[in-house]
Amino acid sequence: MSRFIPDSSGTRRELLRTIGIEDFEELLGPIPKKYRLTRPLELPGPMSELGLLREFGRLARNNEGAGKVCFAGAGAYDHFIPAAVDHILLRSEFYTAYTPYQAEVSQGTLQAIFEYQTMIARLTGMEMANASMYDGASAAAEACLMAMRSTGKDRVLVAGSLNPRWLQVIRTYIRRKDFRLDGIPFGSDGRLDIDATAGMAGEGVAAILVQYPNYYGLVEDLEPLAELAHSEEALLVVAADPVALPMLRSPGDAGADIVVGEGQSMGIPLSYGGPYVGFMAAAMKLARKMPGRIIGRTEDRAGQTGYVMTLQTREQHIRREKATSNICSNQALMALANTVYLSLMGEEGFREISSQCYHRSHYLEEGLLGIPGVRRVFEGTPFFREFAISFPVSADRFLEGMLEAGILPGVPLTELGDGAMLVTATEKRDRSQLDAYVGKAAEICRGGAS
Amino acid sequence: MKSIFGFCSRGRTGVSLPALDVPRSEGIPEGLSREDDGNVGLPRASEGQVVRHFVNLSTRNYHVDKGMYPLGSCTMKYNPKLHENLARMEGMASVHPLCPDDQVQGTLEMMHHLGELLCEITGFSGVTLQPAAGAQGEYCGILLIKSYHESRGESHRNEVLMPDSAHGTNPATSTLADCVVVGVESNAQGLVDPEDLRRKAGPNTAAFMLTNPNTLGLFESHIEELTAIVHGAGGLNYMDGANMNALLGIARPGDMGFDVCHLNLHKTFSTPHGGGGPGSGPVACSAELAPFLPEPVVRKDSRGVYRLHRERDPFGRLLAFHGHIGVLLKAYAYILTMGAEGLREASEAALINANYLKARLSEYFDNPFDNGPCMHEFVLSGERQAAKGVKTLDIAKRLLDYGLHAPTVYFPLIVHEALMIEPTDTEGIEELDRFADAMISIAREAEEKPHLVTDAPVNTPVLRLDEVKAVKDLCLVEPREGGDGA
Amino acid sequence: MSNVPEDLRYTDTHEWVKYLGDGEYMMGLTFYAQDQMGEIVMVEFPGLNEYGIGDVMGSLEAVKTAEDFYAPFDCRVARVNEALEDEPALINEDCYGRGWLVVVRTDDPSAFEGLKTAQEYSEFIGE
Repeated sequence: MSRFIPDSSGTRRELLRTIGIEDFEELLGPIPKKYRLTRPLELPGPMSELGLLREFGRLARNNEGAGKVCFAGAGAYDHFIPAAVDHILLRSEFYTAYTPYQAEVSQGTLQAIFEYQTMIARLTGMEMANASMYDGASAAAEACLMAMRSTGKDRVLVAGSLNPRWLQVIRTYIRRKDFRLDGIPFGSDGRLDIDATAGMAGEGVAAILVQYPNYYGLVEDLEPLAELAHSEEALLVVAADPVALPMLRSPGDAGADIVVGEGQSMGIPLSYGGPYVGFMAAAMKLARKMPGRIIGRTEDRAGQTGYVMTLQTREQHIRREKATSNICSNQALMALANTVYLSLMGEEGFREISSQCYHRSHYLEEGLLGIPGVRRVFEGTPFFREFAISFPVSADRFLEGMLEAGILPGVPLTELGDGAMLVTATEKRDRSQLDAYVGKAAEICRGGAS
Repeated sequence: MKSIFGFCSRGRTGVSLPALDVPRSEGIPEGLSREDDGNVGLPRASEGQVVRHFVNLSTRNYHVDKGMYPLGSCTMKYNPKLHENLARMEGMASVHPLCPDDQVQGTLEMMHHLGELLCEITGFSGVTLQPAAGAQGEYCGILLIKSYHESRGESHRNEVLMPDSAHGTNPATSTLADCVVVGVESNAQGLVDPEDLRRKAGPNTAAFMLTNPNTLGLFESHIEELTAIVHGAGGLNYMDGANMNALLGIARPGDMGFDVCHLNLHKTFSTPHGGGGPGSGPVACSAELAPFLPEPVVRKDSRGVYRLHRERDPFGRLLAFHGHIGVLLKAYAYILTMGAEGLREASEAALINANYLKARLSEYFDNPFDNGPCMHEFVLSGERQAAKGVKTLDIAKRLLDYGLHAPTVYFPLIVHEALMIEPTDTEGIEELDRFADAMISIAREAEEKPHLVTDAPVNTPVLRLDEVKAVKDLCLVEPREGGDGA
Repeated sequence: MSNVPEDLRYTDTHEWVKYLGDGEYMMGLTFYAQDQMGEIVMVEFPGLNEYGIGDVMGSLEAVKTAEDFYAPFDCRVARVNEALEDEPALINEDCYGRGWLVVVRTDDPSAFEGLKTAQEYSEFIGE
């Protein structure tokens, strides 16, 4: 008998007696006989707790990549997570609670998410934020739909320097035949070509979507894009990296209307891609067009402050086919991870993380540029935490050589050339690791690896 | 409770970071740098203060480790502790999603095997683990169906049929997929009316979406006829797997004429809800539809190496990476722990528990669709109490005073004053009786002292909250104090 | 018991319509419908455009429900009740008076005559 099922065969008889039947099979009456399984499912197990531990230990040991020093980014980053984050997340009260439908017994989750919304709004420089989306990519897709909904227009201009996986997700989400996506080219400096953007903008454009910093780590100038969007009565949607925001001009200050992003960097482990968390912030006037849950502050019957899910008529359980989105479950626990993480870091700590990512990645880039044959892919544009760089050997060979030395050196950018890589350094990469990367890379580039 | 932003003493932090051991480079150019200069507006608190704040917040939550959560169609089961530890093992949690395949063989093996197990459980032959939650699974399933129709030159099929008892995500998903929702009526027994389905299925039918057992907790016993009607019209049958906890090892959607279904791992397979997510909504489908599943899928190559396989791009990807791996790991652990026998035992217990509660409560509440046994959940109506001025919402709030959570209320929409109750296999007779006794006591209070119910809750961290005020005086973020606590 | 004034006409979608003269008709939400919805917190108005019979003109939001309102016949919107933008709950307080929604124009008087009478509407809502 499973350790999760409390009723013994004795109690089971008692329960059946109250129901008024003798045999469990009577409860299956409504299922046509031909559809009732007459054989057990062919599944392994049942496994003991010890057996399960051994099996997962084996699987974990087969993940050789887990032990490598990580310089890969491209949307998922190896940041330090303070121990207190997981201690809070794993509290039963947060971890095993359902969606806060009964607000009076969900004030813990509701207030925490309200604090999350506040932190996201402040980081992005926006007036409000929702309670989370699945990930940054799906948040970007929903932002495009939201922009179309609120402008009544059907065309979105997407920066060519947007994370290509995010673009794929946006394409998956925008299925209406009358909707159009057009890519904006970027210049040799890796930044969006403002003149080209202006040439493409015009009637029917609902939004311009730009990543900040972009996929190649480069910092775009948002203000001209905001001006351009607004002159066409379109919205500027910014996909922002939250870790860069303590250093960079906030999208809200530069004129963004909707800001989305990936929150994995703030207290969430890499876990081979998920669960992560998407955030979405916007100007207050767009609140009613937002997808997903939103928490609001109110009062109880005695005038005490409390929190509830609000503006619910936007959502699927009320508005059904006219809802702003089909999203129901979101990423509440991951949003809580962001909230606890940012609370621990605080104003100065998060700025320090941001600054260390900046300086460490610049130190690494400088070291690599000292190797003969290594060059920048984009010249002269400020970058944050990651950069595109070209090695004089193929990315495959580079990757193989670096992995042998225990280093995951980055993500190949084959679209930019055979030896091009996207390389990331977070606050976790100390000087000795950065120097080791440069040393090993020099060896491979000299042909010493093979 | 005090806000975290009340902690704002300058210079205070809750972490110790290493010093910068590399030279500083030139900074971000003026004009691109942060405008508010070190005043983003984040809190400033010590580690102890942060921990205390969130622990104090946590005590204001109800949760399944505290007691029963009878939310219908939500399947709030116990979340095994070991499974969380397994998902958090260093070797699992610290792998970058763009690691080369040979560096992540353990996780890929798990994904491959979990896919096979979910196929066996559902009776299907293809699966994607990518969808982030049930609603995204639905979206994936409808796109899969559309891709199939397109491949046969039938891209005009854009109608999705569904009963009026459907979850709100079903119609919302159909709209997102650029389809039109066509409602199908339920009959007096609370089941889909086959005649109405026959009238509505036709040359434009893309899919019929059905939750089975349905949201009244009833098995659609003429399922063979229903799925045949849709197939006859050239459409496909989609099962919303929200209620799969009724059927583990008992019956399989793949055997009943369904072509696609999604599963909610955070319901049926015991992964935690975390206050609203993350979930995971894998989609399984027939062999005919499998070629249209979104990529990448995990395949085992001839050398026994697991690979993320990309070949075509039927309709793009749903998430930036490969799905909620951390959630998949926990569901995998659950299936291995339970085995075939354990999973069937779980569904049997879920059915028995629901029928037991139905039997205990039927005298005290109306049951508009009481025609034989229910499956894993059942729906009562609070109309008898509403006639006395005690609404279902009041009953829900009064349950909180009894130290229990409320059932799902006002859903499905076809029942007035609905109370939808799903006890799950987690509960033993002691907790079932505690809930039944509380419900019976509230039914008496509604007769004798209705103000006790309409004034509820009174034993909770806050009293009943003003939702009208929340919408009228929108306050969605903590206002910034002048000076920002500097 | 709902309040269904005798001098108005009604639709199946719970709008009331009143002839103002000169081809103009005022419309609003019935007492029955506002009572079912609860306190209304937001009104989304149509533009001053043409609408066909049954077209969605705008929407009303309460806390847990949202309902569209529809054109009772082919018409053009002449003006909307701007007072509702600040005070949507006027619909609950005075649905047949200060809580009116829009004024529309049509040149076809038979369209109005085709709507439900007070008695027919009372029967329709089961009273």
